[in-house]
Amino acid sequence: MPMDATAVAAVLDRLVPGSGAQALAAIDQPTLVVSADRLAEACRALRDDPALGYTALLDIVGVDRQGAEPRFELSYSLLAADAPARLRVKVRLAGPEPHVGTVTGIWPSAGFLEREVWDLLGVVFDGHPDLRRLLTPDEWEGHPLRKDYPVQIGAPVRTYEPIQVTEEQFAERILKSRRVRGSGTR
Amino acid sequence: MPELRTETLTVNMGPQHPSTHGVLRLVLELDGETVLSVLPTIGYLHTGIEKTAERKKWQQVVPLVERMDYLSAHSNSLAYALAVEKLLGLEMPERVSWIRVLLAELQRLNSHLVWLGTHVMDLGATTVMLYTFNERELLLDVNELIAGFRMFPSYVRVGGLREDLPAGFHDAVRHILDRLPGRIDVCEDLLTKNEIFLRRTRGVGALSRADALAWGLVGPIARASGVPYDVRKAFPYCGYETFDFDVPIGAAGDVFDRYAVRVQEMRQSVRLCRQALERIAPRGEYAARDVRVVPPPKDMVYTEMEALIQHFLIHSQGFTVPAGEAYVPVEGPRGEHGCHVVSDGGNRPSRVKMRSPSLLACQAIGKLAVGGLIADIVAVIGSVDVIMGDVDR
Repeated sequence: MPMDATAVAAVLDRLVPGSGAQALAAIDQPTLVVSADRLAEACRALRDDPALGYTALLDIVGVDRQGAEPRFELSYSLLAADAPARLRVKVRLAGPEPHVGTVTGIWPSAGFLEREVWDLLGVVFDGHPDLRRLLTPDEWEGHPLRKDYPVQIGAPVRTYEPIQVTEEQFAERILKSRRVRGSGTR
Repeated sequence: MPELRTETLTVNMGPQHPSTHGVLRLVLELDGETVLSVLPTIGYLHTGIEKTAERKKWQQVVPLVERMDYLSAHSNSLAYALAVEKLLGLEMPERVSWIRVLLAELQRLNSHLVWLGTHVMDLGATTVMLYTFNERELLLDVNELIAGFRMFPSYVRVGGLREDLPAGFHDAVRHILDRLPGRIDVCEDLLTKNEIFLRRTRGVGALSRADALAWGLVGPIARASGVPYDVRKAFPYCGYETFDFDVPIGAAGDVFDRYAVRVQEMRQSVRLCRQALERIAPRGEYAARDVRVVPPPKDMVYTEMEALIQHFLIHSQGFTVPAGEAYVPVEGPRGEHGCHVVSDGGNRPSRVKMRSPSLLACQAIGKLAVGGLIADIVAVIGSVDVIMGDVDR
């Protein structure tokens, strides 16, 4: 029997004291907000408690609510496949350099999802084993989904200078790469 | 005897590789033929669709989100339209929902046919691809018939459908439904008892029930591992609860079970299409009766001042959507496609986030392939059915 958000919040408050779980009004699915510093404990309880059993994390949606405080809001979309029941868990993070603990230890699916949120919104997930950019190139600057990210309509196209190599340099590089391969250091 | 020195080999597979179904790059660590680790690298197709959507009016986002995934354009636009309609509080006429269901199932057939052809071609069974692409052509013709566009019909709109069904639609679909079961039989005959195919797929890339959920792979992949979760049954939309269909599930969760589940799903889709086609009248309502969102009919625009004003407003400034957020999942060919929409009350979305099943499937390739042979990676990639446009968005 799927529980409503108030019931889940009550269970969560009992299991994780200080989780600050609070039901929110929503038009689509049970939604609650938890305090950011207890997110990981709350998520572990949501997954492991037999009455809750949210065994799958399907998505993390980050929203930049520029102008509102706290500025960033993350929605974790959870699923209990057997019930079936859904739950949206929100955390609210103050900008401009938001931090929150990772949930990769609870759901491995969070690996790419958290990397995407870091890449596009600049939310740092403390404890993430491999927090690199996911969708944009590694050398990209800024976080495109932030509302204050400059939308560069009409910016000049950046190109790279073609590499100029003389014939001697070319031969030298070939030889060097052969030596490196031959010595077995790679 | 001197001690033998061994070392692992790092091999870069992709981004340009025929079996990666797009621009997926895998960095493989190999010990001989055995895969020790897989590091998927993605982003080569990132086009910032979600950012672009924030600059578009609500209705203009439909063709944008469709372009994320060339095999399940309809799922994307349907999830988006349903999410916005939920915020607007719109109720759809039944006929609109039936047509949406029919198109969703035709699209599932289309996607599974392409998946089947390319997946088994990667494993060496080239013939099947020729059969499946033949059938897929007919499904693309249906898209062309309804929308003039074969890949991205943008036929679903917020508030209903773009226009009424064209003449000849029912005959075209009935023709496909009549011949398709036989064609699926032909493909199955070529594969299900094919010794080479069985050896390439049985026990390869197995995934347990618990892992399928932990890695968020809800959809055909989790169903092959024995999770009976299907959005159409669990959280019905568009009136799926009134249709009669089964959800096929597997047990072993290996590449073969994922194949078997998808082939069974195709048969169920044919069943659903038949039921939907029965219910859809050739002519009738194709949009909600809501003057905020749906432009008035053309003959009224030409004769009535109020209708002309409304037509002009909808097409110039668009409509506004009440502030709030909504997430609506739909069962796409690859699993749960969902759309999370946030509105600030204006005429443009504040945030559009698509939940793409391919992203998590791509992440799990490492989990599935480790410990297997390098040749099995090709089978694993094919079996999780990733569309790189859907991964990178």
